[in-house]
Amino acid sequence: MADISQQLKEQVLQARDSGHKLNIVGGGTKAFMGREADTDAGTLNVGEHSGIVDYHPVELVLTVRAGTPLSEIEATLAEEGQCLHFEPPHFGAASTIGGTLACNLSGPGRPWAGSVRDQVLGIRLLNGKGEHLRFGGQVMKNVAGYDVSRLQAGALGTLGVITEISMKVMPKPAASLTLVQEMGMDEVVHYMNSRAAEPKPITAACWVDGKVYLRLAGAKSGVEATAEKWSGEVMEQGDEFWQQVQDMQHEFFAGNDVPLWRFSVGSTATTPKLEGNWFIDWAGSQRWFRGAGELKDLEPAARAAGGQVSLFRGGDRTGEVMHHQPEALKGIQRRIKTAFDPDNIFNPGRLYSWL
Amino acid sequence: MTTKPKVSKAELAEQFRAFIDPDYVITDDETMKPYECDGMSMYCEMPLLVVLPETVEQVQRVMRICNENAVPVVARGAGTGLSAGAMPNKEGVVLSLAKFNRIIDIDPLARTARLQPGVRNLAISEEVAQFGLYYGPDPSSQIACTIGGNVAENSGGVHCLKYGLTVHNILSVEMVTAEGDVVTVGSDGLDSCGMDLLALMTGSEGLLGVVTEVKVKLLPKPEVAQVVMAGFDDVQKGGDAVGGIISHGIIPGGLEMMDGHAIIAADDFAQAGYPRDAKALLLCEVDGTEEEVHEHIAEAEEVFRKLGATSVRTSQSEEERALLWKGRKSAFPAVGRISPDYYCMDGTIPRRHIAYVLTEMEKMSEEFGLRVANVFHAGDGNLHPLILFDANVPGEFERTEAFGSRILEMCVEVGGCITGEHGVGVEKIRQMAVQFNDEELQQFHDVKAAFDPSGILNPGKGVPALRFCQEYRSLEHKQHTHEHTEAAHG
Repeated sequence: MADISQQLKEQVLQARDSGHKLNIVGGGTKAFMGREADTDAGTLNVGEHSGIVDYHPVELVLTVRAGTPLSEIEATLAEEGQCLHFEPPHFGAASTIGGTLACNLSGPGRPWAGSVRDQVLGIRLLNGKGEHLRFGGQVMKNVAGYDVSRLQAGALGTLGVITEISMKVMPKPAASLTLVQEMGMDEVVHYMNSRAAEPKPITAACWVDGKVYLRLAGAKSGVEATAEKWSGEVMEQGDEFWQQVQDMQHEFFAGNDVPLWRFSVGSTATTPKLEGNWFIDWAGSQRWFRGAGELKDLEPAARAAGGQVSLFRGGDRTGEVMHHQPEALKGIQRRIKTAFDPDNIFNPGRLYSWL
Repeated sequence: MTTKPKVSKAELAEQFRAFIDPDYVITDDETMKPYECDGMSMYCEMPLLVVLPETVEQVQRVMRICNENAVPVVARGAGTGLSAGAMPNKEGVVLSLAKFNRIIDIDPLARTARLQPGVRNLAISEEVAQFGLYYGPDPSSQIACTIGGNVAENSGGVHCLKYGLTVHNILSVEMVTAEGDVVTVGSDGLDSCGMDLLALMTGSEGLLGVVTEVKVKLLPKPEVAQVVMAGFDDVQKGGDAVGGIISHGIIPGGLEMMDGHAIIAADDFAQAGYPRDAKALLLCEVDGTEEEVHEHIAEAEEVFRKLGATSVRTSQSEEERALLWKGRKSAFPAVGRISPDYYCMDGTIPRRHIAYVLTEMEKMSEEFGLRVANVFHAGDGNLHPLILFDANVPGEFERTEAFGSRILEMCVEVGGCITGEHGVGVEKIRQMAVQFNDEELQQFHDVKAAFDPSGILNPGKGVPALRFCQEYRSLEHKQHTHEHTEAAHG
């Protein structure tokens, strides 16, 4: 619970002067993500830069230091009947909000409630020159200047050290229930999308092991009336099931022997024919695949499905793990990297080998 | 910043006419006149020439020629912008996307639509209504404004609190870069690998690229929507009621507030049956399933009564709902009837400061001798003060601008920002120095250079040159420190 931004700034300036690189670490629970970290680089520990800076439940806005654990944030919000609507995965008790934003991680409610990127309103960022900058704000709408806050989502810390985040929070739904029924993988994509196209309080839809799970949440009367109209059994342990999906604790995700690939694709796309197992989430927009393979061989399947693929966990992390970028976009991203981090101090090569 | 263009107007026109229909390369003053300004008509400039390409390839060639010759390019949609973002550059080209007006594809099952940038915002919802779908963001200008411009401004509207801004409702954009490359940013998936360039493009006011196609998300049309209208005899109570409804756990589809001046002007115009003696009026729309709306409407009525509403009325039919909204939606023309001119501001504040800000604004109104009416996207803290003035009275517009600047600075002081949805453009470029320090502004310039190394895209807009900022700050006796965002009143 301390503001160590001055200390962080000095470390960045020192690294800059001495020509060293820095790996940014929050709670240290996401070391498995991205390409392998540069072993010659020092560590910049943001975990101690923690604590809630500002929270007004009436505003639906929370401002926290980046090293604040998700669990602490969620406990504070729960006291006011509010929550992080994007349902961030916890890969351990130490998982922080800063890491969640840098990795752009959101849970099962994402197609309806938005992602962490969607909920971010403003940030403070230490750039590679050691300047502590503020972008965005604490209000829902702000179009002054470029959206540097959301630019951080998924950049894996390559643009700077996120030190503080303001984000939108939402009331917890009054009621929720989960409907489950058996369904084959071939028909489920159409089914989930059809349900999502109805004006009903659906807030999650996934498929695994031959069963489709739909979550309804909101006003009690609306949830119950919809459950009566739709097919499927009401699941007794619905909340526990979704918590497992959110934290990737479902048995589909267990073990490290088989690589875990993430396909971010069109929601109605046909699931690629590949040797391995699938977990379909986000009503078809996010599909997890467990199977051997190489990125370059999986990319055509992802492209055909209107999207991209990345190696999420396991496998060979010395090569590229993120979907290939066309030359023009590579050029722009290289120049953006230089604009924020001219000496290439932060998380070198973590996102792409060329960044 | 751009250097002096290397070609003459005639040479440039000749080059464009080699691959664009000569009728769509406009060089005469009379035909160019409608392009001299956008919706912010106080700021005018005649361009060198106007070009209306019809294909993406033509846009690429225009960009390459302009990039090689250091000719500024101002992309333009419907010209409804309210910050002079599409005001021409006198040495540059206006690149109108008016010919790109086709809905390319609608996918009802995936709930997406592929659009050319010149498709009007409202036309999207009208076209997809047959599938029970609509497009979320609904700016007041939705009848005329286009999706390309919406991306450039990150447009919002009445329903943002629940359904988000443009940035939340698009999947991808195809754009032509300053150097003439075509790139797609985003994909059919909900997120993409690498940096989130889609977020960066959204709201970038035409400074980073020219959007040539947009894929939007569509939403299922709610089964029912009802609106509760609540009148209050003081602004503080109205402001508290906004927080009251939200902390009760209801996220309204729309939550709008009007002050006393706006209530009377709007009611005179629309005969909506507003409580004319009220000092604050809230319109709270709840949408969803029948059961959900029924439950939430009853709760909303109770919350408003408890918080001191002097009148509460709920729409009982679609006609009544439309009537209650008609007043709000026509608030701008309504105010236009009671004053020769009005100037619409666009600051955003934390909601808890509504009453303070409105009270301070009243004081400033007396100080400047200018009336001000307020309509307000209360749900997301976005103020639209309308300063009433007469452009024919010498000095009155200058006084109006000074009043407007003071309002925006107050927004920043209470922790808000200078623009919620209209953009910076030319109009608010000086106030950028109040919201951001030099290092932050320099970072913006560096981001721009990453997309547009020669600085040809909409130069002079959005982000001020640093040399002007210090001057403005000292002029205004403002000390920009991040620590004073909480104003003295707490």
